[in-house]
Amino acid sequence: MTNKQDQSFLGIIWDFFCSLKLAITTLILLALTSIIGTVVQQGKPAQEYIQEYGERVYRVFVALDFVDMYHSWWFLTLLNIFAVNLICCSIRRLPRILKLVKHPVLTPVEKHYRSFANRDEFTVPVAVDRAGDRLAAFMRKHFAAPVVTARDDRIHLFAQKMAWARFGVYVVHLSILIIFAGAIIGSVWGYKAYVNIAEGTSTDKVWPRDSQNPIAIGFEVRCDNFEVTYYPGTRRPKEFTSDLVVLEGGREVLKKTIEVNDPLSYRGLTFYQSSYGPAGEPVFKLTVTERSSGRKLKFEAQRGEHVALPDGSSFAISDYTDSYKSFGPAIQMHLNDKNEKHGNAFVVFQRFPEFDAQRGGAYSFAVDSFEQQYYTGLQVAKDPGVWVVWAGCFLLVAGCFSAFFLSHRRIWLTIEPAGDGSLIRVAGNAHRNQPAFEIFFEDFKSRLKEELTGRQTPESAPLPVVETNT
Amino acid sequence: MSSVNLFNFTTIAYFSAMILFVGYLVTRKEGVSLVANIATWIGFVLHTGAIGLRWYESYQMLGADGRAPLSNLYESVVFFAWTIVLIYILLDLKYKQRAVGAFVVPFAFLGMTWAQLNLNDAIDPLVPALQSNWLTYHVITCFLGYACFAVACGVSIMYLIKSGKEQNNAESTPAGGVMSLFPSIRVLDDINYKAIMIGFPLLSLGIITGAAWANYAWGTYWSWDPKETWSLIVWFVYAAFLHARFTRGWVGRKAAWLSVFGFAATIFCYLGVNLVLSGLHSYGGG
Repeated sequence: MTNKQDQSFLGIIWDFFCSLKLAITTLILLALTSIIGTVVQQGKPAQEYIQEYGERVYRVFVALDFVDMYHSWWFLTLLNIFAVNLICCSIRRLPRILKLVKHPVLTPVEKHYRSFANRDEFTVPVAVDRAGDRLAAFMRKHFAAPVVTARDDRIHLFAQKMAWARFGVYVVHLSILIIFAGAIIGSVWGYKAYVNIAEGTSTDKVWPRDSQNPIAIGFEVRCDNFEVTYYPGTRRPKEFTSDLVVLEGGREVLKKTIEVNDPLSYRGLTFYQSSYGPAGEPVFKLTVTERSSGRKLKFEAQRGEHVALPDGSSFAISDYTDSYKSFGPAIQMHLNDKNEKHGNAFVVFQRFPEFDAQRGGAYSFAVDSFEQQYYTGLQVAKDPGVWVVWAGCFLLVAGCFSAFFLSHRRIWLTIEPAGDGSLIRVAGNAHRNQPAFEIFFEDFKSRLKEELTGRQTPESAPLPVVETNT
Repeated sequence: MSSVNLFNFTTIAYFSAMILFVGYLVTRKEGVSLVANIATWIGFVLHTGAIGLRWYESYQMLGADGRAPLSNLYESVVFFAWTIVLIYILLDLKYKQRAVGAFVVPFAFLGMTWAQLNLNDAIDPLVPALQSNWLTYHVITCFLGYACFAVACGVSIMYLIKSGKEQNNAESTPAGGVMSLFPSIRVLDDINYKAIMIGFPLLSLGIITGAAWANYAWGTYWSWDPKETWSLIVWFVYAAFLHARFTRGWVGRKAAWLSVFGFAATIFCYLGVNLVLSGLHSYGGG
């Protein structure tokens, strides 16, 4: 008998961290506090919060770490309590389970038998030795190979199945700690960054999310081409692809076309297709026809640039669009005369090269192509802990399965002399799914009785015994 | 016959089943419960056929870009309803407790009605982010888990009604009337626990496949976005439930309430995050 007041301070702390109540409380607290971060947006600039909630509320949010709560001291403390609770529970309970599995009671006495819900006893007209042999064979056939112990004038049989199912719950607990470890490894030795690479250019640096200083990655990544493809007849993007090349000291070592859901990995870094955008001004290729001679001239121009024509006048492109009404890509341009006087703006359609001839004037224009250069936006991740996390996840699921669906089942049999025959005691126990075990045990018991008493003289009708022995 | 029509017949079958289950509770005639079960089975067969047909239709419409019908709100609600009925049928085969149908089939009926009346049933090709095999694994595991929780919630409501009645009546006399059709509170408690026991590993798998997919598509397996966080909240609630089983003072009605709260959190994770939280954000801050 332990007196509460005699317990040492450490003992109280230990009990606290081992308790199931703490586990339930922590889980519920984690659930409740996690809600905050889903209602208050996380990690936004100060102005956004002030605009939405006002200055005073914002200051309260900052004081309570609500703007980055999943990394706040109090949330991390909760997670730590959760982890310590897991560890302490397991340390306290594991030795007991180990003992139960490794050193089962092999020679139970009457008192033990009385403690089981599934038990029976009956006498049979078979001698102890003979009954022992036959029951051992019976158990091997209908349950599992038994441990046979002869003590005094009794024979004890014990067999168990799926003893390791007892450890499922500890595997789950361990798996959560492994996932935590993986997350810590990732945050200490890994980083998340991004990089924008314009088509045709390369980079050897990436920009981490939380700092202004780029990280040198030790090799170069070049983007040869970026493309958006659309589902036929729609503006619904089908795929974003970037042709990436990895260069080591100027030498190409790896080429891959990445897309969303198909990244490139090299030397522990992974590059994910994440965004894109226009890089610089598009270059327009134009064919200009001189009306008087029919001569065709080729020009390249950018928006706003004045390009001289042979007669001393010039033209400039003022705007462009991917689709002008239903006529497809078009540019808006104007002519300046020799005195640099602005002419009227007019539209040239890429798909209708003959159309501009109807405008009249010394030159007619046709758009051959206009090429918009793009940059590809890549997420870059280095996470050496990710495989630790996956290992933890695998153990979590495997542990749940064995903890919930597999049952450690044990059966004891004791045979002792009673008159001319033997007294048989039998008991069974399952650590979960009792109803199913009850059915199994009833069936096991009745077959066992049949085995020993179904025939008057075992010698004259030995068939079942022979069967079990072969 | 288009899949949308077939889904309409499915909805009608579930409606009939629901009415018949309620009729069973009122009339207490075994025959009515049998007809209700047959209606559920017919609905389930139609439902399965309709999902298959919609899959086929996506290939007819989109050619090689066809895909499993698991990619938008309409399709997910329809699939959710399917998993709920699937779990009910499995439960019925094992436990033969048809009164449970009156508390589970309505979830499937409500889902189907909402999908058919209010949601966009267009078959669109997948945006790049969704083009991954992880989509299928993720959606199937999540919704099977959700369906287990739906069944657990229905059974917990029965538990709360029945145990409430028995508390009010004289000690230890089982409740009469409609309640006599309910399984005993021990069986209800057992079904609740078993359903969550199956749902919890499925939810874990759903979260893990989601994390694996996020890692493959974006390079982070966890970023505390509202959807992820709510799935973790649901996981915490059911983890608490599973531990509460071993603690005195937490079994019985408290466990049933935890199961109901757990399902409320599940529904919020599934629908609330998209409909309420994004709404909040789209109004605020700009």
